[in-house]
Amino acid sequence: MEICTGLCALMVESGANSGLAQFMSLLIGVLLVSGVPLVTVIILIWVERKIAARIQDRIGPNRVGPWGLMQTFADMVKLILKEDITPTAADRVLYNASPLVSFASVVLLWAVIPFTPFHFGVDLEIAALFFVAVASFGTLSVMVAGWASNNKYALLGAFRVVALLVSYEVPLVFALLIPVMLAGSMSLVDIANAQSGMWFVVLSPLAFLIFYISSQAETGRAPFDLIEAESELVAGFNIEYSGMKFGMFFAAEFLHVFTNGILMALLFFGGWKGPFYYESPLIAFFWLGLKGSIIYLTTLWIRNTVPRLRIDQIMAFNWKFLVPLSIGNVVLISALLKVMQELQLSPRNFVGASVPEMLPTTIVLFLSNLAIIIYIMGMLRKRGEEMRVSSQQTRRAFVQASGSAAGD
Amino acid sequence: MLELNAISIGFFIFTIFTLGGAIGVVTTRNLFQGTVWLMVSLFGIAGYMLLLSAPFLAAVQILVYIGAIAILITFAVMLTRSVTRVDERYIRTIPSLIGSLVLFLILIAGVTIPVFGGHEGAPVVVKTTHDFGLALVDGNGYVVPFMLASLLLTAAMIGAIFIARDEET
Amino acid sequence: MIPLWMYLAVAAALFSIGVFGVLARRNAVAILMAIELMLNAVNINLVAFWRYSETNTDLLLNGYVFTAFILIVAAAEAAVGLAIIISVYRNRRSVIPEDAHTLKG
Repeated sequence: MEICTGLCALMVESGANSGLAQFMSLLIGVLLVSGVPLVTVIILIWVERKIAARIQDRIGPNRVGPWGLMQTFADMVKLILKEDITPTAADRVLYNASPLVSFASVVLLWAVIPFTPFHFGVDLEIAALFFVAVASFGTLSVMVAGWASNNKYALLGAFRVVALLVSYEVPLVFALLIPVMLAGSMSLVDIANAQSGMWFVVLSPLAFLIFYISSQAETGRAPFDLIEAESELVAGFNIEYSGMKFGMFFAAEFLHVFTNGILMALLFFGGWKGPFYYESPLIAFFWLGLKGSIIYLTTLWIRNTVPRLRIDQIMAFNWKFLVPLSIGNVVLISALLKVMQELQLSPRNFVGASVPEMLPTTIVLFLSNLAIIIYIMGMLRKRGEEMRVSSQQTRRAFVQASGSAAGD
Repeated sequence: MLELNAISIGFFIFTIFTLGGAIGVVTTRNLFQGTVWLMVSLFGIAGYMLLLSAPFLAAVQILVYIGAIAILITFAVMLTRSVTRVDERYIRTIPSLIGSLVLFLILIAGVTIPVFGGHEGAPVVVKTTHDFGLALVDGNGYVVPFMLASLLLTAAMIGAIFIARDEET
Repeated sequence: MIPLWMYLAVAAALFSIGVFGVLARRNAVAILMAIELMLNAVNINLVAFWRYSETNTDLLLNGYVFTAFILIVAAAEAAVGLAIIISVYRNRRSVIPEDAHTLKG
């Protein structure tokens, strides 16, 4: 970022040691970049509660400040003022450290997100892989929290959650491979730049759907709500957490969903590209925020509408449906893309390609994905019909049997 | 000797993580804490890979070792807890301590006395990950070990599931 | 820049700690954790030599690829090793290697 180099030059001029000045300016850059998610989380909690309330046909917080905007601050003050309890037999260091690791892992993701074409924390050449690696940090913190609470139910909840999180990383990575493959690089700036011709969601809608579903599972959102199921297993792995520690888990989850929304906007929806985005960085930032927020709002919508799945249903869905589908998708897209590039029908490098250049590629890839989706939906519908017919038959047989038994 | 810049501070911090975590792993009585120390140590090693211009290996280290193997070890620790007897930590303590110290001295002598490489790293071309990907599928490159490694992983996965399966007939 | 021998010294220390863990610990899972430490020490060594090698002008990737394959094989070995430990625990109710002595002459 230009701020860092400017600060560094300023410090060196006023006589500081060059290496130390570089380190201090890096530190200040880190503080600035990590300030963005911390401010975002305050707004997110309010948005979440208001929209959840409206979908459930009630009003939501509206007393503290205009439209309840200050509700988050009131909640934070309440959580800070609560007594800080550590269970006696719990592992002190691990118990206190795991909310921090969980929150830190989410804030760490914001270091690689490019807000505008020129402003980002760092342009890692492996940014997509960084995203998945940091997600595994969150898994680890859940496990440690479950163990350190010294509570059987917390441990059982943590087991289930870790199995869920580790399982859904597989289709997540496979669906992440598609934008990486199409853009030829794992760097998020390159992926966003490579969508100048056509957004990747049009090129491969199936990849976007698989990524969306897997990221809902990864962050513990409905319908994969097991992680925070308040009515099951006495609230899962964070039973023993109260006060600000619970608040950190809470805030980390909301921030994780929003970060995933921004990431999906970057990976599939063209990032900061929109009308007039090259005029000013602010317009680019606005487009990115808009797209990320729309995806986040669909997440909220689904969360407040669908019921919760059981753990065995979730696992069966993942291993029997999502994983073969995502692997097949990767194979199909890569084969088609290579064939089209050899036939000169598609540009080798998507950066700077225009819409007419990308048209053959778009049509072929989109139709192939559409064919897979239609086939899968047909299969699902047939399966659903079979199950419905068979359950109707069993019910009819049962009614007949009990009717004849009662009629005797 | 060493100038104070970001790389030296990073090296110092990662050394503390790595060696501290390693000592924690071999001296802890509570095996679950040992797993957490292992995660700390692996994180330090990922930091080393970053300092050595291998960011892909650092990310894969965190993803595979911390995100999968350490969690696997945690599950194994929880599934094999013995409630009846209190296990002692060590067996053959003094001979193994002496043996590992002697090994350490021999290795240190082996790395400090001869002078390998220079003090500067060779200038590294930017797209290491890109070249690595190309090398893995190149016919003159490493495509055969790559395919064999994927076969190995599949065989290990199937074998591990089969061995640890609960035989409920 | 950090001189090469510092990386090698840290790797040597890590390897020795791992050797102590393998020889001295009683619990089989703890031995496996120490084996992982040793494998990581070798990884640091390989990557350090790849980075600092003087003939590495056109980016020979041997050290890099070797390290990646060690990561893969270590993952496979940890999975199978833990499966065996769990299986032995189910049969003999103990994770101490000295207790699996049925074949002892």
